[in-house]
Amino acid sequence: MENIALSLRNVTKRFGSVIANKDVSMDIRKGEILALLGENGSGKTTLMNMLSGIYYPDGGHIELEGERVNIRDPRDAFALGIGMVHQHFKLVDTFTAAENLIIGLDPNKKLDRREIAASIKEICDRYGFIVDPDKKVYEMSVSEKQTLEIVKVLYRGANILILDEPTAVLTPQETEKLFAVIRNMKKDNKTVIIITHKLNEVLEISDRVAILRKGEYIDTVPTAEATAASLTEMMVGEKVDLNIERSEVKDKYVRLAVSHLSCIDEDGIKKLDDVSFEAYSGEILGIAGVSGNGQKELLEAIAGLQPALSGSSVIFTNQEGVDNQLIGKSPSKIRNLGVHLSFVPEDRLGMGLVGSMGMADNMMLKDYKKGHGIFTDRKSPRTLAKQVQDELQVVTPGISTPVSRLSGGNVQKVLVGREIAAAPSVLMTAYAVRGLDINTSYTIYQLLNEQKKKGVAVVYVGEDLDVLMELCDRILVLCGGKVSGILDGRTAKKEELGMLMTGRREAVDA
Amino acid sequence: MHNSREPWLRVAKRDGMSFPKRLAVRLGAVLISLLVCGIVIYAITGINPVEVYSTMVSGAFGTRTRLWSTLKEAALLSCIAIGLAPAFKMRFWNIGAEGQVLIGGMITAGCMIYLSALPAWLLFLCMFAGSVVAGAIWGLLPAVFKAKWNTNETLFTLMMNYVAIQLTSFFVAKWENPYGSNTVGIINQQGQEGWFPMIFSTRYFISLVLVLVLSVLMFIYLKYTKHGYEISVVGASENTARYAGMQVGKVTIRTMLLSGGICGLAGFMAVAGASHTISVSTAGGKGFTAIIVAWLAKFNSFTMLLISLLLAFLEGGAKEIASKCKLNDYASQMVTGIILFFILGSEFFINYRLVFRKSEKEGSGK
Amino acid sequence: MTNLVTLVQAAVFFGTVIMFGCIGEILTEKAGNLNLGVPGIMYIGGICGLASVFIYEGSTENPVPVLCVIIALVSAFIGSALGGLIYAFLTISLKANQNVTGLALTIFGSGVANFFGGSLNTLAGRFEQIAVPVTSAAFRQTVPVLSGLGTVGKLFFSYGFMVYLAVIVAGALEIFLFHTRRGLNLRTVGENPQAADAAGINVTKNKYLAICLGAGISGFGGVYYVMDYIKGTWANDGSIEKLGWLAVALVIFTGWKTRNAIWGAYLFGVLYWMYLYIPGLTRASQEIFKMLPYVVTIIVLVISSLRNNRDMRPPAALGLAYYREER
Repeated sequence: MENIALSLRNVTKRFGSVIANKDVSMDIRKGEILALLGENGSGKTTLMNMLSGIYYPDGGHIELEGERVNIRDPRDAFALGIGMVHQHFKLVDTFTAAENLIIGLDPNKKLDRREIAASIKEICDRYGFIVDPDKKVYEMSVSEKQTLEIVKVLYRGANILILDEPTAVLTPQETEKLFAVIRNMKKDNKTVIIITHKLNEVLEISDRVAILRKGEYIDTVPTAEATAASLTEMMVGEKVDLNIERSEVKDKYVRLAVSHLSCIDEDGIKKLDDVSFEAYSGEILGIAGVSGNGQKELLEAIAGLQPALSGSSVIFTNQEGVDNQLIGKSPSKIRNLGVHLSFVPEDRLGMGLVGSMGMADNMMLKDYKKGHGIFTDRKSPRTLAKQVQDELQVVTPGISTPVSRLSGGNVQKVLVGREIAAAPSVLMTAYAVRGLDINTSYTIYQLLNEQKKKGVAVVYVGEDLDVLMELCDRILVLCGGKVSGILDGRTAKKEELGMLMTGRREAVDA
Repeated sequence: MHNSREPWLRVAKRDGMSFPKRLAVRLGAVLISLLVCGIVIYAITGINPVEVYSTMVSGAFGTRTRLWSTLKEAALLSCIAIGLAPAFKMRFWNIGAEGQVLIGGMITAGCMIYLSALPAWLLFLCMFAGSVVAGAIWGLLPAVFKAKWNTNETLFTLMMNYVAIQLTSFFVAKWENPYGSNTVGIINQQGQEGWFPMIFSTRYFISLVLVLVLSVLMFIYLKYTKHGYEISVVGASENTARYAGMQVGKVTIRTMLLSGGICGLAGFMAVAGASHTISVSTAGGKGFTAIIVAWLAKFNSFTMLLISLLLAFLEGGAKEIASKCKLNDYASQMVTGIILFFILGSEFFINYRLVFRKSEKEGSGK
Repeated sequence: MTNLVTLVQAAVFFGTVIMFGCIGEILTEKAGNLNLGVPGIMYIGGICGLASVFIYEGSTENPVPVLCVIIALVSAFIGSALGGLIYAFLTISLKANQNVTGLALTIFGSGVANFFGGSLNTLAGRFEQIAVPVTSAAFRQTVPVLSGLGTVGKLFFSYGFMVYLAVIVAGALEIFLFHTRRGLNLRTVGENPQAADAAGINVTKNKYLAICLGAGISGFGGVYYVMDYIKGTWANDGSIEKLGWLAVALVIFTGWKTRNAIWGAYLFGVLYWMYLYIPGLTRASQEIFKMLPYVVTIIVLVISSLRNNRDMRPPAALGLAYYREER
């Protein structure tokens, strides 16, 4: 076919036992803007990383204009005219824009900063960017960094540009500017692939949309024929009846009252923006949202691991009705107040567990100080470990085998098992079933339900909407660090959630 | 372009290796390195390899004196490694053992010189306490700055070595005996105040027992105590430590006090238990070697004893060969370096595996 | 006045040794590898230079000074670069810990050097004191005519060629690192290997080259010490090791910029020799003054951690192993 720029043929990529992409075959046309749409973890970035030479496929191959090519590293990709702007910018902070532009190019040429500045200006003028060649990257805003990355790719003569979540970090105005640039690039006959999960942007900018779901290629449709609803359906799949048990909420009262919670990251970007909600005892509160929209910060701020801006408040109410302010307290202080807060963090082996330790040693992570004397209590963690191993059927050679050697599902069972064993009154989980097989996932749902019945306030941050809708009593949607809506889990519609997640609130209001 | 093939060799992470296999890799590395050392020595001296090894064995263990001397060296090295283990387990790069040992030794020598009139038990108590405190202070300084301002501890501790060396030089010049020799000479040669007593007709017995006791204590400390648990968690991930409610700065400071203190104690043993003098070479580079010992042993005290013994054997053996051929003692350091390279390199094969290019038929698609 | 001149001269001699060590290490660290093997490498450089000319001078009636110098420098460079290669192979290809490997290299290097330094005459079957008079004289040849120009001549021209070579190499490295594309690529590797990789820079190759070249340059410090500083002999007194660690410390002092190594090294020299020029010091209290360079380094270290100046920071990826498929 004449107008095919790039084809993927049965491309497969595995990481250990996890299949990130399975048998993906698709075509990308010359001069089109293709949106690659999919939920978190659907394998979009991994797929594109194989085009840009970061990863090497385990199976299948890639064709450029009908000819089979082998992309071993980014240099090969450049030579073929493929350039990618990664979500995590590949820039050197202490270098200027001009220096970043030319890294890796013609090492024998003179380093003529004026000449580079001139090329930058030329590209900027052609597409409508503004880049100051002498500005150091650490002084740049996120949008400036992104512009620089795009100029970098263009400077390298890319004809096919891959942009990974380019708008995730931009304001609406900056997004508009970016789209203008992308249209200019299309006019210049460049092929642009945008990885995204924001439907409104897909509809606004793309010519065609390719959809990935759970590592598999679903379909490519012309944008003109698509609607937000039809795309959502393809992206999230048909509503699957999961048959997750959901009991009625009994004797509920406010356990956790979060009000005006805001926090910023080290770059000064607002990660949580005036978040207020209440979590009740005996219910499961789901938190939906595209990952990176403040979920991590929310849970960590409540757990005392993330400093919050002044004015933020998290009030915990115990069985006796006594209130405690949690903001400004360290995790050990919170525990000393008698607040039984359990937290299953997203980073299981980097925060929740110590990978190099066995199950038994991990069981005592939070209460190793228990008991007098200098020695740790070795017996009860072992007992607990055995109990967790039996009850949750953890597959491990032994309770002293380092947990990093266990499979993802078993690692999670260890972590959840420990947190539940602490008899919490609030249980927060972040992506509790990510990467787990069906059976393990159901085990986790069941465990959460048991906690709910015991009167625990469960906060469940999740990404699978089907699960959220069947498991949770209420679903709070986060978008850009703000609460974009709180829906009843029993009546919520999938489309409605999808729209709230992708920031198309007006569509819901209408 | 399209002709290029998949890279012929890739490196992939291993999921974990069984204990016997790991042991085999490490023993293999030691054996190959011994072989290489034999060849190197043969190339330099012309002694045939079999004779090289037998000379080394007799040099290190051949007589009672040699055996005890080897044990003493091993004990001293293990003692420092035991001191370093908690720091390194916490991933605190304490390169300053050399200085911590020296400062401990210096205080010991000072006590022996100035307090020789005290009753023996009090003298020993002063020596012991003084050396531990001095070493602990040397460990404390970099730890405080690390905890408060994240000052790079590798270079801080390294510089502290030289502060200790100069301080020692100062006192060596002050205490020199006889005048003008610029050495301290044997302290208390007459009355032997502050010398470890002879037991089983060796002066090294007490050091050996001390180190064995220490290694058991350290093993227990790291494995079974709350402090040890905190050290492991902080070393594995500061994020996890904070999640668990630990105060990372406090753990850092406390652990370095301990680490420096034990290194100071090693100085006490080196002076009171062996040399009975003090000079800038009292630590003799053991502070650096011990880092590698602790690292290679994965902070297990008993493995440290074994590695120290291996290195002490090499040292004694190489010295014997050197003296036989009228060459100098530094041969042992050279040999030590070679062994360390091999053991360090062998870790790769435990953590990674090599993937060679798949055969052509699979590469060509369907 | 005379005192001041001799202090400056002493500082320059001293500074040149650590300047070589330091700028070689800066090159290495710019590629993201912290090599604590500098003392060992300087030892290897010293002994290789000494041994090669010892053999050459012993093998001929009339050694040619120029040839002596070339032989000494080339063997010092090759020997040290090989030392660097061992470190590079272990840390890059076999992903061993950088600090531990560096320390092992220091142990190995000082062992090799002191072994051969002490045994060279025995091994060569000659029993006189090790001396390489022709080479040493060539290394210590001051600038003709100019060195006779009174105080100015003494201050600026009374040194062997290695002193000027050190400054030239430091300047050349400054130009290479900050004004060429290859230098930019190398710094990218040390700052952000992921970015370098994504930009098509061969991370492994750059690291290997920088480490070996850097080791070779550091090794010059050793050979300069042996030939000029101690006049073509060998001393098993651990001096090179001390100087090597100072060279590592100097790297921090310079803020990873070779241009600062030029004055920084001389300043360390002044600090080191200061005690000779302070009246009334006893032999003992001199030793306290010799602490100065180390204490100053500690203070610089603390201040830089407090100030957090972006342009004085170590390369961002210093000390970290790079493995592309890490997830």
